[in-house]
Amino acid sequence: MTIHLKYWKQDGPDAQGYFEEKTLDTVNEHMSFLEMLDVLNEELQLEGKDPVEFDYDCREGICGSCNLVINGQAHGPNAKTACCQLHMRTYNDGDHITIEPPRAAAFPVIKDLVVDRSGFDRIIEAGGYVSVKTGSAQEANSTPIEKHSSDMAFDYATCIGCGACVAACPNASASLFTGAKIAHLNKMPQGEVERYDRVVAMVDQMKEEGFGDCSNYGECEAVCPQGISISAIAEMRRDYVKAMFS
Amino acid sequence: MPSLKQALSSQVGRKIMTGITGIGLMLFLIGHLGGNLTIFGTADAFNIYTKTLMDLGPLLYVIEAGLAFFFLYHTVLGVSIWLGRRKARPQGYDTYKTKGGTSHQSLASRSMIISGSVMFIFLILHIIHFKFGADYTTMIDGEQARDLRKLVIEEFQKTWVVIGYVFVLVLAILHLSHGFWSAFTSLGMKHGETSKKVQLAAYAFGIILMLGFIFIPVYIYITGGEGSLISY
Repeated sequence: MTIHLKYWKQDGPDAQGYFEEKTLDTVNEHMSFLEMLDVLNEELQLEGKDPVEFDYDCREGICGSCNLVINGQAHGPNAKTACCQLHMRTYNDGDHITIEPPRAAAFPVIKDLVVDRSGFDRIIEAGGYVSVKTGSAQEANSTPIEKHSSDMAFDYATCIGCGACVAACPNASASLFTGAKIAHLNKMPQGEVERYDRVVAMVDQMKEEGFGDCSNYGECEAVCPQGISISAIAEMRRDYVKAMFS
Repeated sequence: MPSLKQALSSQVGRKIMTGITGIGLMLFLIGHLGGNLTIFGTADAFNIYTKTLMDLGPLLYVIEAGLAFFFLYHTVLGVSIWLGRRKARPQGYDTYKTKGGTSHQSLASRSMIISGSVMFIFLILHIIHFKFGADYTTMIDGEQARDLRKLVIEEFQKTWVVIGYVFVLVLAILHLSHGFWSAFTSLGMKHGETSKKVQLAAYAFGIILMLGFIFIPVYIYITGGEGSLISY
């Protein structure tokens, strides 16, 4: 199949970015989106041009490295699907596809489609840890956890930190990521010790990094490859209010 | 424990305050509509209602100051969140599209800044229009009182006034149909069955409330102030 690509090129963080266009005639419908980009890069290299940089690692939809904005949608058109799991059969012969990096001041472009997501790491550093007793491992059943809480904590813990929520939010807010990271620890007894310090520190860090405010657009939930609910944001807000009275 | 200042300036605090002030303003609108509908009561009902309010004296000033605070706080937060978008995303997308599904991106949610700004300008004009409008007087129980009812009926016979009011009130339906749901979400409502019901309630609230407001100018305009619902 033939695909007309328009993709973002930017030589470095401070360089002026621009779009480049190229038509690929050898795209196979069984290719993943990233394999299609591999083909693009092979062709570019044969022409003596620089390949387009893009992030990836596992290509199995579990690592959260890939985060392309495809035709204006983070990870492309399919729900609960990372763009490495998006296949070219989703598209039709002759389609035009625009590929951009996630755009946010807190995610500065490193090169082309690769952005620096270390802001997420610093949000986690601010409070995404638990205090544990050192020494020998304790008996596994000594900390009972209510089924509903452990299920919810597990759902929130599925966040792979890809940043699609930030990419898709009209305000470039990191509320879904931060909410999920807070809630998955705050739902567990192990996270209880730092519960309120955690929510305040991580919410502050989110602002510090330059992410925007949440406007309850709910677009983050729609683009999340793990389908994490904006209930995570509600958990964050509830715990923040409780923190004020703790 | 965060300080109050830290909490209010945090992204969570800003959203919670937008929700609280929004709910306060919605409660005010319900009361406002209830008062307005007295125009369809007895000949004196509307003027008795406005006189009762004005007779509150200093208490009325306190209520007005409280309302002004809610309006201003809500507006400042809304504008500041909107301005923050450019800072958080200096370089916009060439192409941007919602993914649909569970997203709450809609004409209503994306136009909150526009509908809100128009309502804010309208609010100022609305106060000038009626509070500081022509000062007709009437007698209620032997006491002199302002005849606001006469002014309302007179003003709503002007085409441009009615068009202006209806236009703003339709925008208010948009604002409320997202704002009602969003306020509860800001206050910690989770996404699920309740949230879906609250979204339906938001549409119903926006439409019913605003149709109530719209009915008054439209009815007066169509009947030339002499419809059977208005007694003299």
